[in-house]
Amino acid sequence: MAEFKTNPEIVKPENLVYKRTEMLTPATMHYCPGCGHGTTHRIIMEVIEEMGVAADTVGIAPVGCSVLAYDYMNIDMQEAAHGRAPALATAVKRLMPEKFVFTYQGDGDLAAIGTAETIHACNRGENITIIFVNNGIYGMTGGQMAPTTLENMKASTCPYGRDIATMGSPLKITELIAQLPGTMYVTRQAVHTPAAVRSTKKAIRKAFENQKLKKGLSFVEVVSNCNSGWKMTPRQANEWMVQNMFPYFPLGDIKVNE
Amino acid sequence: MKELRLMKGNEAFAEAAIRAGADGYFGYPITPQSEVMEYLMAQKTEERTGMVTLQAESEIAAINMVYGGACCGKRVLTSSSSPGISLKQEGISYIAGAELPCVILNCVRGGPGLGTIQPSQSDYFQSTKGGGHGDYRLIVLAPASVQEMADFASLGFDLAFKYRNPVLILADGAIGQVMEKVELQPQQPRLTMDEIKKNTPWATVGRANGRERNFVTSLDLDSLRMEKHNHDLQAKYRQIEENEMRYEALQCDDADYIFVAYGTSSRLCQKAIQLAREEGIKVGLLRPITLFPFPKKPLEDLSKRVKGMLVVELSMGQMIEDVRLSVHDKIKVEHFGRAGGMIPSPHDIVDALKKQIIGG
Ligand SMILES: Cc1ncc(C[n+]2csc(CCOP(=O)(O)OP(=O)(O)O)c2C)c(N)n1
Repeated sequence: MAEFKTNPEIVKPENLVYKRTEMLTPATMHYCPGCGHGTTHRIIMEVIEEMGVAADTVGIAPVGCSVLAYDYMNIDMQEAAHGRAPALATAVKRLMPEKFVFTYQGDGDLAAIGTAETIHACNRGENITIIFVNNGIYGMTGGQMAPTTLENMKASTCPYGRDIATMGSPLKITELIAQLPGTMYVTRQAVHTPAAVRSTKKAIRKAFENQKLKKGLSFVEVVSNCNSGWKMTPRQANEWMVQNMFPYFPLGDIKVNE
Repeated sequence: MKELRLMKGNEAFAEAAIRAGADGYFGYPITPQSEVMEYLMAQKTEERTGMVTLQAESEIAAINMVYGGACCGKRVLTSSSSPGISLKQEGISYIAGAELPCVILNCVRGGPGLGTIQPSQSDYFQSTKGGGHGDYRLIVLAPASVQEMADFASLGFDLAFKYRNPVLILADGAIGQVMEKVELQPQQPRLTMDEIKKNTPWATVGRANGRERNFVTSLDLDSLRMEKHNHDLQAKYRQIEENEMRYEALQCDDADYIFVAYGTSSRLCQKAIQLAREEGIKVGLLRPITLFPFPKKPLEDLSKRVKGMLVVELSMGQMIEDVRLSVHDKIKVEHFGRAGGMIPSPHDIVDALKKQIIGG
């Protein structure tokens, strides 16, 4: 094998174009290659770094694939029970209103077991940020049907596809949340292309900045693939997501109160 | 100067919690303890001391708010009654697993299921043997008066922070609802952020001043580490057993027989002692004040010189198991109780003593 030599120009500080933020710990992430969780973690942490609020931020991790988010996010974190993150976040923010507080939740966590905690935190207009990663499936437990699993989509607990008549329709909880007067910013984003990542980062920044306004809750959904849960390659999964998830869960701002 | 008031047990608990410097109360209404949140709301705690009082959407949310607040080193509490306490078990298990301090009041009503709104003591097993999943223990305080409802609010916080462990105050509908004279302690200031950082360096209050991040979790996927965590928890529980066992012995010195009862039952037994002694029956009362740790040793010692014990509970017989374990079957131990919200009269208790212990 030919020896690989690094061009000394590349490692000069002035040529640095990308680096891992210090806001992520050096721990190796356990996420599957191509999964949206890692990217979403990184951009949240970049926003916190750019805002200079690392010392004033408390994050709440969910139960789901991102249960170990506190191993990666280099800030003070709490690990909630499945679905309960918005309840923890409510107390943290009420008890320390000067802190930035966010939850990070999957679709099972936020839109099934934690529906009550989510809706009511939104309805009370808690001054927190909710980051909602919607991958249409229960990733962590091995690919069972989620509240957001699409019609006819197969999962291990709907092996013949989701049947609307017996299993209900995929839940557009983000649209539902936008109805609540307690929310001030509700948006749906993705992280499958550089443009989408930039857009999501902007949305997360706005959602964090909004906490200073004390005018209600900001909610950022990130539609993501779950290639292992969907039993696809990362590339196929992203294509499938664009073709099938986006028509049902269209990207863009749903509610923007200034 | 002493500050005396006439208050309901639930109100005394709420007032004492404010004075103990509580930072936050999170609850959901249920009879017979709704006065706790009603009182706190009427007091405008946020204006009075800066304490947050919030009505949650469920007991599940309320206990998880307590969990979130406890992660921040704050003095937080919740209250409920039996069906609501059942819902809180998930959160209580997480709080115990993550080793966080908090105070929980259970103003017990009769069960199972929706049961009744009348007083009961049928949540003893749930309170002292775990309740939620996993190997954990709560420190369980059993008030028998309005005064103790007040006193245990601050004692509860002290013990919870000393051991980083949830403290359960196991009252019942009668203690919560009855009005009695109560002496209140002066207002204690709420902890400042600097004090929280100093006293509870593990608290997730933002990783200022270049310290490493704090995270609070009950999860560890490494089995060896998780086993060690369990050993550490057990060591803590043994320490609690050694240091914190509390009980009251009434007229036990010359007694041939002993009533064992806590809370409302112990009040009934006090009257029963008087009635029995008028008939020449020498009976005393051992009242556990902590149900965990349970007063095993005092009961064992008593068993060496009395003839029998009657365990009086507003249940079908739960604490009796711990009494029997404590006395190693050396003497006769029987249960007498009523359930479903029924309360026996002191005469019933004396009759039961005669029939089940003396004559039996
Ligand atoms: C009370 C409770 N019920 C069920 C589980 C099992 N469980 C863990 S994660 C999960 C689903 C997670 O799915 P989602 O929230 O969509 O997140 P993802 O893993 O897809 O990121 C379930 C059901 C649990 N840990 N606790």
